[in-house]
Order: sequence, then structure tokens, then C-alpha cells
Amino acid sequence: MSGPTGVAGALAEGAAAPVAASGAIQSGAWLLIALPLLSAAVLLLGGRRADRWGHLLGAAVPVVLFVYTVLLFASLHGLDGGQRSRDLHMFSWIPVGGFQVDAGLLLDPLSVTFALLITGVGGLIHIYAIGYMAQDAGRRRFFGYFNLFIAAMLLLVLGNSFLSLYVGWEGVGLASYLLIAFWFDRPAAATAAKKAFVVNRVGDAGLSLAIMIMFATLGRVDYVGVFSGAGGLSQGTLLALTLLLLLGACGKSGQFPLQTWLPDAMEGPTPVSALIHAATMVTAGVYLIARSSPIFNLSEDGRTAVAVVGAITLLLGCVIGCAYDDIKKVLAYSTVSQIGYMFLAVGLGPGVYAIGILHLLAHGFFKAGMFLGAGSVMHAMDDEVNMRRFGGLWRVMPVTWATFGVGYLAIIGCPPFSGFFSKDKIIEAAYDKGGTSGAILGTCALLGAGITAFYMTRLFVMTFHGKRRWADGAHPHESPPVMTAPMVLLAVGSAAAGGLMVLGGSLQHWLTPAVGESIEVGAHTISPVVLTLLTLLVVIGGVAGGFVAFGLRPVPVTAPVAVSPVTTAARHDLYFNAINESVLMRPGQWLTRMLVFLDARGVDGVVNGMAALFGGGSGRLRRLQTGFVRSYALSMLGGAVVLLAALLAVRFT
Amino acid sequence: MIILIMGLIPLIGSIVVGALPASRTLLAKQITLGASIATLGVAIGMGVAFEANSTDRFQFTASTEWIRSFGASFALGVDGIALVLIALVAVLVPAVVIASWHEQAPGRRSPKVFFALLLLLEVMLIGVFAATDVLLFYVFFEAMLVPMYFLIGSFGGPRRQYAAVKFFLYSLLGGLLMLAAVIGLYVSAGKGTFAFEPLIGAVTDPGTQKLLFLGFFIAFAIKAPLVPFHTWLPDAGAEAPIGGAALLVGVLDKVGTFGFIRYCLPLFPDASRYFAPMVLVLSVVGILYAALLAMGQQDMKRLVAYTSIAHFGFIGLGIFAFTTQGMSGAVFYMVNHGLSTGALFLVVGVLIARGGSRMVADYGGVAKVAPMLGGVFLLAGLSSLALPGMSTFISEFLVLVGTFTRHKAYAAVATVGIVFAALYILLLVQRTMQGPVIEKVKAFKDLTGREAWAVAPLLALVIFLGIYPKPVLDVITPAVQRTMQDAHQSDPAPTVGVTAEQKAGNR
Repeated sequence: MSGPTGVAGALAEGAAAPVAASGAIQSGAWLLIALPLLSAAVLLLGGRRADRWGHLLGAAVPVVLFVYTVLLFASLHGLDGGQRSRDLHMFSWIPVGGFQVDAGLLLDPLSVTFALLITGVGGLIHIYAIGYMAQDAGRRRFFGYFNLFIAAMLLLVLGNSFLSLYVGWEGVGLASYLLIAFWFDRPAAATAAKKAFVVNRVGDAGLSLAIMIMFATLGRVDYVGVFSGAGGLSQGTLLALTLLLLLGACGKSGQFPLQTWLPDAMEGPTPVSALIHAATMVTAGVYLIARSSPIFNLSEDGRTAVAVVGAITLLLGCVIGCAYDDIKKVLAYSTVSQIGYMFLAVGLGPGVYAIGILHLLAHGFFKAGMFLGAGSVMHAMDDEVNMRRFGGLWRVMPVTWATFGVGYLAIIGCPPFSGFFSKDKIIEAAYDKGGTSGAILGTCALLGAGITAFYMTRLFVMTFHGKRRWADGAHPHESPPVMTAPMVLLAVGSAAAGGLMVLGGSLQHWLTPAVGESIEVGAHTISPVVLTLLTLLVVIGGVAGGFVAFGLRPVPVTAPVAVSPVTTAARHDLYFNAINESVLMRPGQWLTRMLVFLDARGVDGVVNGMAALFGGGSGRLRRLQTGFVRSYALSMLGGAVVLLAALLAVRFT
Repeated sequence: MIILIMGLIPLIGSIVVGALPASRTLLAKQITLGASIATLGVAIGMGVAFEANSTDRFQFTASTEWIRSFGASFALGVDGIALVLIALVAVLVPAVVIASWHEQAPGRRSPKVFFALLLLLEVMLIGVFAATDVLLFYVFFEAMLVPMYFLIGSFGGPRRQYAAVKFFLYSLLGGLLMLAAVIGLYVSAGKGTFAFEPLIGAVTDPGTQKLLFLGFFIAFAIKAPLVPFHTWLPDAGAEAPIGGAALLVGVLDKVGTFGFIRYCLPLFPDASRYFAPMVLVLSVVGILYAALLAMGQQDMKRLVAYTSIAHFGFIGLGIFAFTTQGMSGAVFYMVNHGLSTGALFLVVGVLIARGGSRMVADYGGVAKVAPMLGGVFLLAGLSSLALPGMSTFISEFLVLVGTFTRHKAYAAVATVGIVFAALYILLLVQRTMQGPVIEKVKAFKDLTGREAWAVAPLLALVIFLGIYPKPVLDVITPAVQRTMQDAHQSDPAPTVGVTAEQKAGNR
């Protein structure tokens, strides 16, 4: 392994940690956060005057940021590998005794890669939203929240400490809350938003405890400090750290057992689902684990936990994805499942982080593209989301069909589309882990690929092909260019990005300073070629199954009732919501009611009773008038005088 | 000198307003607002002139002989902790005056009395934080009850009499215990003075320390209040007029937590250590218990009062964890909680003024009709649940991280409180601001300019201090470190630490 450098390297060899940022481009990186924040403030406080141009400002900001990020990328790319981690110190943020946290940015290959994704895909989705939200009276507010999200998300990935990450982390949670509840007069949207925030806070509690452990043990919470000291931590501490970080990641990324909020989050406008709940925010958990790779590298058990969570979630997501008829919910569970793949990858440890990030980037393109496609369909079908009411749309919406088709091929892993490169490598890496655990994880991933092919084929066929099952009065039409253009660009990305990033291991080399060297050739459990062919076979099986079931047979407009227990369970989210409700919510409500009663009758009652002992009857306390208080006050004053007199006596005797 | 001026401005204002004929209501309001803003100006001047790293314990001192035979003097001065709390008073009072502009007494009292009482309360609050003589502190501690009692009892809601009496009795009980302890302190220290500095470390007998500690502690725990001394607060907070409630929960209650730091810890260090586990348990129980109760409230003002009891749990935790981070966090928490809960009470007051009801169930979909009101309500709520980016987050995290370095289990349990906080705030937001617009709400006016001016500065400050808390923390921390020394406490070192060698590799 040749000398890894940068943040991860600081742990391995005590090599050069980030150097100070240099040049105007790097030193100005704080603008990436300040600009969208400013623009959000202008949009939200601007009032009706800003309605005419608000969306233009809102959409222009991420585009400008994307250009800036490209320049930033170029300025880092031009440097040697070891020089590519740059620290931008801004100001002393929380200085209290031994707890010294500075506000600063870490510009390194990992953070800049994420910034490219956030501003690039984000910019396209902003442009799309100009068209999608054109009829909505709250469009300016929408763009305000959207810019707020961009600012928080960039802070999350660019910050140089776990605490600044935490600020971005809850900041994107706020933006997500505001946007899920964008149509807050709908009770379902308001409830979904609250659920998302609260479930996320459960994860956040884990993340904040992890930060507390870091300070208590190492006295630092910045990346450089924590990673350079992590080697001295005991295995127990490391395991606690990794599990708490994992809890945080599970909350944000909708992973088992905190996945229930993500499908409900589809109550938000579709561009929100595309940007926040598919391409960027929900992948923050993967970022957290990849960023913390120096900690995870030290804890085998912690990594296993990540991989197991990933494997469980990827299967859970695709099983439920087979059962829903709501196009956005299917895509949401598909997101849950695909992020499961990413967790599996980053849980496999040193050398596989880059593959997880590769899948994350590929997913960012194809899932965002498909969500925008779904939005385009809903736009055309009067906000219908039931796929049983679609069918045969490919003729009237050719651009949507074609771009969605590219995304579809990418997600099922059809070569040479982007998902093929990333998913295939994850399956391979899982098997290469070796042993029983490797075989189990690999088989989960392989099985998931087949089920993914099945439910995505179901979705694609039910929506675009077969008989037209439209509701009366539906007149679908292709969306305007402001919406289709971003879809086309994302489709190009979905098609080509995977291959480009794998070409000559370019992404892996680029990420090495941040996440460590990729292991190229180890002992393969199964020959890669055989495994690739096997995977393709499984995928073809899934596609064929989906096509036979939904392409060749007519699709009933109402969902069949007589279905297998598995389907019933999947339609009920495998009963996770029911469990939450009966184990947490209902007992919680009872507890609250009981305590309210107790506090009034018990604690307060005892005190009133004691007052009654002195005052003669609790009823009298309630009837006391001001006059009584005056006499009380007088008697207290009298008492004070007596005590002072006693004091005088003490003093003068 | 400057500290005397600061107290005299609202005092003279109060007298003038009180002496005005009842018909000159507008003039009374204008004088009140002018006096409170002038006081704020003086506070800003003090903040600028204050030297955080001065070797003097107190700055801006002013002292004159008061009761010679006891060695009691009228001595004033501030350290960093008192300074930020006085600044909080000075910021909140103008906001409350603006918010209460149309305050009407339910009975026969003239509105001018309300404003005279507000200014009088401000005088007492400045005095209680600035007193550097224990007896003088006690006098202010008791005297501040009087204006608050009349604010609740004369200008409050339907059950104002009950609430005011309850508030008074609880406070007097605590005050009496404290008076006994003050005298006991004087006698057992045997220094012949009530001045604060000579009394540090003067009581050495462990048994006496414990008794005196309890006398002070119970008085402060009632005032703060900590569970189980809390039941007066929801009644008082709910029945008080909105401005009174904001000052009661925002500042007056802080006198209790301020007292822990100023008096309990330095004067009775051994007893503080002895009783710390009990206080930590009460604090953690309070965080969870009050949060659950907040979720179950139907009355918005009671709800805010219960959230505050949960917040006071965090403050108690931070103080009795005996770490610089925990205690600085606790002091910063007091400031932030004052701003945040002050804002929340004022916004709730705006809502109540529109709807004529304190009940959550009487509202729904307000944000649709009145988007600015909805936005400000949400912001105030987010500050209460300690959203990062706001100052409340910094203080809450400092309390937790400071506690964690010494007491992992307490900190871990308290962290559950951040999930509960999200629930009680967002449930309130959902039930009042979101959902379908109910019939009664349709005619609601959005925030007026006056209402915005009352609340916006508080929220702006919360956001500014969330991004750049350093100016305030730099003032608080040296005073906290001195308190830690007085209490014979030092921070636990990182258990592993980053070695010098590793550090060198990174620089």
C-alpha cells in the first residue's frame, strides 16, 4: 500500500494532514455555504415583491455553485495526491476551556465529490422545479427552502469537524421537514414531516453521543484530531463509537430499523423527493461512514454491523417495493434498498469505501432522473400516483419514457449503464469478504439484484406500457422543456457516469487520500467473470418475471385482495409502522396522560396538602384573596424582624 | 457607578410612570419603552467596557455602607455570569414592553400600573444579579416577588388569584429558608460581614455546610424550579399576562440557577459535592418528566412552562456536573433560554390575542392564513428544541458534552430529552399552525409591525449567537473557571488524548 495521505492517512502513518487552503478558489469556499443561505433569506423574507423573480434567483444559485465547485475540483485535481486535503480555517466557533471547536472547511476529494453531486444534480432539479412548481402559489417559499437545503447539505459535507457536520446534519433535517410539510394544510404531509424529524432525531441522539465520546476520550471533535487519536482507543470504545455513528447514519439514510419515515416523506413535492429523499440527503449516512473510515477501519465488529444493516435493509426495501402501487412509494423503497447496498459496501471496510461512493454517485443520477420522470408523469396525469391508473404512456410522453428507461436500465444493473459497474462490484466485494458472512452478505446482494429487476420492471411496464388505464378526463402530455431538459441530462449521467468513473479506476484513485487505498486484487472467492454472468442471469430472471406478470397479463385497476401473506405484509411495510405504533406511540400517549394526571393530583396535591396543614384547608388556599397574602407577607416580614433581632443578639453578646 | 445608573433609569422611570395620571396611558408606555431602551443602551456599554480576563472578581463595582452593625453593605458589581444575565434582562424588557403595548387589565387597574410594575421588576432583577453582598442579594431576591405578584394577580388570566397566591407562598417558603441560611452563614463564618468575597471558603465544618447548602439550595430549586418543586410554575406561567410570563420564565427563574453557581458552589464546596448526585438525578428526571408532561398539555402557556422545566433540568445538570463545559453551557443556556422562551411566550401571546383562547385545540392551519406568524412561531419553537445553527444548540450541547466527561450515564439519559423536545414542539406546531384551516382562524391577521419588532430581535440574536457565540462564551468562561476553583473542581482530562507526537504530525 503506497503512502495514503490526507485525513485518513493522518491516522495510518502520521503523514501530512490537511494543508492550509491556498488560492482564491479554495479560500473562498465558504461562499458555497454563505451564498445559498443568503439567497434563502432573501427568498423567505422578501415578501410578495420577490414572487416574480424568486424562482430564478433560487435556481441560479446552485448552478453558480456548481461552476464554483468545478473550479474547486480542478484546483485540487491539479495537485499531488498528498496535497489534495485542504483546511480552510474560518473562525473560532465554540471556545470553552478544553473544548475548542473552530468553524472550518475540509476540502478534500471526498467532500468535493459530494459537493459536485449536490450542486450538479441539485442545480438540475432546481431548474426542473421552475416548471414543476409553476402553478403553485408558494413557489418562492419552495425555492427558499430548497436553497436552505443546499446550504445545509454543503455544510454537512464540507465542514471539518463532527460538530459542524452535526449542524449540517440537523440543518438538512430541518429543510427536509419544511419541504415534506410544504403543503402543510394536508394532515398527511404535516404528520409525515413531523415523523421524519422525530425519527431523525433518534439517530441524531446517537450521533451526538458519539461526539461526546470523542471529546471525553480524545479531547477533540475535529476530523484530524479524532482520526489521529483513534488508534489509542480501546476496542470497546471504538465499538460504541461505530455503533452510535451507525445509529445516526440509519436515521438520516432511512436504514433498518429507522426506515419508516422515508416512504412517508413522499408527501413532499416530487423535486424534493428527487433531490433530498433520493440523491443527496439520504445518502449522508454513507458519507458519515466513509468520512469516519479511520474509526471504522479499527473496529471489525462495527463494520460488520454496518454491512448487516445494509444487507437487511436492501432486502427489506426491495420486498416492500414489489407490493406498492404508488409510484413514488415504490421509488422511495427502492431508495431505501439502494442505500442498503451502499451501507453494505462501506461496511465491507478498507478498500471498498470507494465502491460505495461510486454506487452513491450513480444512484444520485439514476434515482433523481427517475423521480423527475415520475414527477413528469404525475404532472401529466393530474397528480395521480397509482400505477394501476397509468399504462401506455410511452406514446404520449416519449422523452419521459426514454429518460426513465435509461434510469431503469441503470438501476437494474444492465451493462454498460452506471448501476452495472457499481452494483456488480458490491456483490463481488461482499463475496470476497470470505467465510460464511461473506457468502451470506453476497447472496443477499445477489438476491436483491434479482428482486430489484423484478419490481423496477413492474413499475416501468405498469407505467409506460400495456393498456391505458387512465382515469376519466386524463389528458397526459409531455412536460415542458424546462422539465425535460434536466431529465435528459440526468439520463446521460445515468448512462455514462458509471463507466467513466470506473475507467482506469479513476474515482478510486481520486478518493484514495480521503478513504484510503482501494484493494485491487485480493483472493476472489468466486471468479469475477463468473459472478458477473451469474448476476446478469439473476437480473434477467427478475426482468422476465416482472414482464410476464405485468407486461403479458392485464393489470387490474383495483389491486387484487386475495394475495399471499408475504404481499399483504409488504403492503403494510412489513408491519414496522404497526410495531412502532403499538410499542412506542400508544404506551407513550398513556404514559403522558398518566403523568399529567399524577402531576396535578400527586405532586401538586402533596404540596397543596402541606400548605393546607399550615393554612387550614386546601379549599382555603384557592379562595385566598389579596388581603390574605398581605397578612402572609406581613407575618413573614415579622418573622424576618425576629430573626434579625436574634442575629443582633448573637452579635452583641 | 455605571451599575447604579443602570438600576436608577428603570427605577426613576417606574416612579414617573406610577405618578402619571391614569388617563395618560400613551405617555406611560412611551416613558416605559424609553427607559427600558436606555437601560439596554447602558447594558451594551457595560458589555463593551467589560474586561473578560480581568483579575478582579467583580467589575463596575459600587459600594456604600448600609447596615453598619451587621457589616452589611449596599454593594454592587458584576462578573461575567451576572453581566450576561443582566444583559438578558435589558434585552427582554423592551421586547416585553413592545409586545404588551395593548395590555389591558381585566379589572379596574390602569394599564400604566402594569408598565410601572414592569420597570420596577427590571430594577429588582438587575439588583439581584448585581448584588455582591449576601444580605443585599436576599433583599432583592424577596423584593422581586412583589412586582411579579401584582403582575400576575392584577393583570393575569381567570385563575390569577390562585396562581399568584401559589407563586407567592412557594417563593416565601424558599425565601424563609434562605434567610435562615443567610443568617446561619453570617454566624458560622464569623467574619462579621455579609460581603460575598470574604465568605468564600469561610464555612469549613461539613455538617454546617450541608445545612446551609440546603437552605440556599431549596430556595433556588423552588425558584428555578427543579422537579419536584415545580408545580407552581405552570399555574403562574399560564395565568400571568404574556409579558409577565416571558419575564417570569425567561429571567426571574434564572435567579435560582444563578444562585446555584454564585452561592451554593463557592460558599459550600464540600456540601455541593456531597449533594451533587441528588441534584443530577433531579435534573435528569426533570428533563424527561417535564418533557412528557409538556406533550400532554392542552393549554399553550402551560405547555411552554413545562418545556422550561425540562430546560431547567439541563441547566441543573450542567452546573452540578462540575466541568467548565457543563457550567459555561449552563450559563449560556440561561441566556439562550431567556431569549428563546421569551420569544415563544410572546408569539403564543400573539396567537392568543387573535383567537382569545389558550387551548391548542382552538387553533389549526394558522400558518396558511398568517404565514409570518407561522414562520416566527416555528422559529421560536425550533430554538426551543435546540436546533443547530441556533444558540440554544450550543448551550445544550455544551451541557451534554460537559456532563458526559464526568457522568456518562446521566448525559446519555439526558440526550433522550432532545428527541422528546422535537416531539413536544413539532406536535404543537402541527396542531396549531398546520393542517386544515379551521373556521375561526380564517379571519386571523398576520403579524403586525409592532409584534414583529417585539419578537424578531430576540430570534435574530438566537441565530447570531448560534453562529458566533464566542463573544458571550468568552465573557462567561473565565467567571465559570473561577467558580470551579472556588468549588475545588477541575475538568477531567481526556482519557486517551491526542499525544503531542500525533499533534505535531498534524500541524
